[in-house]
Amino acid sequence: MSTAARTRVRLATTSLAGCFGCHMSFLDIDEHLFELVELVEFDRSPLTNIKHCSPCDIGLIEGGVCNAENVHVLREFRAQCKTLVAIGACAINGGLPAQRNHIPLEACLREVYQSRAGLGASGVPNDPELPLLLDKVRPIHEVVRVDYSIPGCPPSGEAIWKFLSDLIAGRTPRLSHPMLHFD
Amino acid sequence: MRSHEISSSQIADVVNRHHRLPDRLLQILIELQEPSGWLPPATLTALADALGVSRAHVEGVAGFYSFLHTEPVGRYRLLFSDNIIEHQLGSRELMAALCSKLWVEPHKPSEDGLVSVSTTSCIGMGDQGPAMLANGRPVLRLSHQRINQIAELVRQQVPVSEWPEAFFHVDNNIHRRDAMLQLDLAPGAALQAALALGRAEWMRQMQLSNLRGRGGAGFTTAVKWMACADAPGADKVVVCNADEGEPGTFKDRVLLTTLADAVFEGMTLAAWAVGARQGLLYLRGEYRYLRPTLEAVLARRRSAGLLGRQILGKAGFDFDIEIHLGAGAYVCGEETALLESLEGKRGTPRIRPPFPVTRGYLGRPTVVNNVETLAKTCLIALEGGAAFAATGTAQSTGTKLLSISGDCARPGIYEYPFGVAIERVLEDCGASDTQAVQVGGAAGIMLASYEFHRRIAFEDVPTAGAFMVFDSSRDLFEVARNFVAFFAHESCGFCTPCRVGTSLLLKAMNKLADGHGAKTDLADIEWIDRLLKNASHCGLGSAAPNPVMDTLLKFRPAYERRLRSLDFAPAFNLDDALAAARRASGRDDAAAHFSADHAPR
Repeated sequence: MSTAARTRVRLATTSLAGCFGCHMSFLDIDEHLFELVELVEFDRSPLTNIKHCSPCDIGLIEGGVCNAENVHVLREFRAQCKTLVAIGACAINGGLPAQRNHIPLEACLREVYQSRAGLGASGVPNDPELPLLLDKVRPIHEVVRVDYSIPGCPPSGEAIWKFLSDLIAGRTPRLSHPMLHFD
Repeated sequence: MRSHEISSSQIADVVNRHHRLPDRLLQILIELQEPSGWLPPATLTALADALGVSRAHVEGVAGFYSFLHTEPVGRYRLLFSDNIIEHQLGSRELMAALCSKLWVEPHKPSEDGLVSVSTTSCIGMGDQGPAMLANGRPVLRLSHQRINQIAELVRQQVPVSEWPEAFFHVDNNIHRRDAMLQLDLAPGAALQAALALGRAEWMRQMQLSNLRGRGGAGFTTAVKWMACADAPGADKVVVCNADEGEPGTFKDRVLLTTLADAVFEGMTLAAWAVGARQGLLYLRGEYRYLRPTLEAVLARRRSAGLLGRQILGKAGFDFDIEIHLGAGAYVCGEETALLESLEGKRGTPRIRPPFPVTRGYLGRPTVVNNVETLAKTCLIALEGGAAFAATGTAQSTGTKLLSISGDCARPGIYEYPFGVAIERVLEDCGASDTQAVQVGGAAGIMLASYEFHRRIAFEDVPTAGAFMVFDSSRDLFEVARNFVAFFAHESCGFCTPCRVGTSLLLKAMNKLADGHGAKTDLADIEWIDRLLKNASHCGLGSAAPNPVMDTLLKFRPAYERRLRSLDFAPAFNLDDALAAARRASGRDDAAAHFSADHAPR
């Protein structure tokens, strides 16, 4: 392995209760991807299909926390990443999935699995393979410590690139208007 | 059964009495609410029409003030004063006892509409608590026995006006008198003296006195008066700020009770100095019970030629005073919010400059002074500025009234020359084993025992008068948490740093109190403190973190012993968050739980 490769920053990404929109926006950095692969080594990420995170410099988390698996993944990222970044509205505030928060979970499950026409009386799935839902969808900072956040639904590719290039170069990331937006 | 309607003739009556002026909106709302205890939607609509303002404006004002209700409340509205001093005297236990006796939930009217039991910010009775407001009237020295009596009176539906007089007896508890509280003012004597001096010489005596504002900020009164006198505009106004809302303060209540003449005479002296014709005293809603006596004093002064036209026979010296009521909003003690409230609006502080001395009440040059400041001007008129400046310190002349409450043998009012050391005050009020003193109220400063040599003075420990004593049995984290809850409740909501910041701070404090705290929360708290301090629109927001900053600095272990983790912990139990899904799916396998060994980092 060359010296350059060894000094590359290790980057992991994942999507929890999100729509992968932030990852799509990440891919929108277009030709900067070529610069990025010179600077970083990807660890666990939908881009690599690596299933578990090893020690990393940066972890990007898309999506909020809606079930037990999200908690496990998030804790793994927190344990392995020196810097953990919440990316997008769902990771920061719970976003769209958190709209279920004002309905009691049991009522929600009943509505979906028991009351809905055409479903029969199959009942709420109880396969141990399935992660259980949390009573409320949480932003990630309510479950682990988070170092930075990039707002937006999704943040633009430009904002993501600015943020990452700052972070990798050792500058405190700073998004100025109009890159900083919450919608 | 009471009617939920306020008839249109009633509305027209009140509106006409206030000359159909939109800037009387707050006073009109207070009067209209009187009969039924709340303001039905139809009343707000009719009122908007009658005053020619929008419905949204009327609702905005009605919704701003704690003592105005846009939803039905109980016929008996029992509000426990919620300051930390009352907590320490057992107010929460008493409130729980009353709720269980009356079969009501706190903060919710009973189903029959008979009674609601809730809390309100400090009502200025810290020396004789625990206290409550019963339909606006203070009931003092609450005990389990008194609570039982109250429950019985409510059940028997005895009107509050027929409750035993002893319930409402307010003590002055004056324990130390100096120049101010020794004053035996013959009404008009100070005014006579100032008129004899002539306007310019009277102002010079004020300058010599170096009197500084007793509301806490300590601005030099003569400078304020001169700026107002010099401001363009002939229709000047003198406002007395009697919105004594700072938790732990009650000296203005005692001054208005024992020296009302001096307060009104001080306003008249200010009017003489600046050339004002109109005076307004803004009385906090909690002190509304004082209004009849104050109105009687005003009437007496009018008939004695001390108010009205040609005061004391002086041609062209016309001045009169009117009392405006507040309705439970701490922020209105801030002078520009107070002016907004006097103009019948929401108490949102204004941006300064322009300062009130040039653009104040209805855009007119306005002097706003504290009750104590105005009363003190009588001493200056009688004895001269130099004599006044002879007591106190060079930068803080004269005396200061302290409202002492908490862990001491003799709570009450103490008047000292400025410069008195904290330890001297503690000794005089019979405090022992004192761990900390909160000087200046929730927005003030918390002093630890190693600072008790410090002195009450603008140049050392400035104060509007609150002096709350905490002995070593008290948990200072809980003290700070109470103050934070107070600020979160009283934030006017206008600026985001304060509206959101005070709530975030309270959430963080509650997280610690619930035992979910982590070291990172302390860092977050310090970050929120800085944000509030630097980004808030007015003094409320920038003072809101003070109790937390002081206790974190001086009593940090009170926080640290509550921490569950040295890094981060969620504010809730994650395994409990899966309980609903476990119930719904009938699962209880290993994957349906978070194992304890997977501790959060």
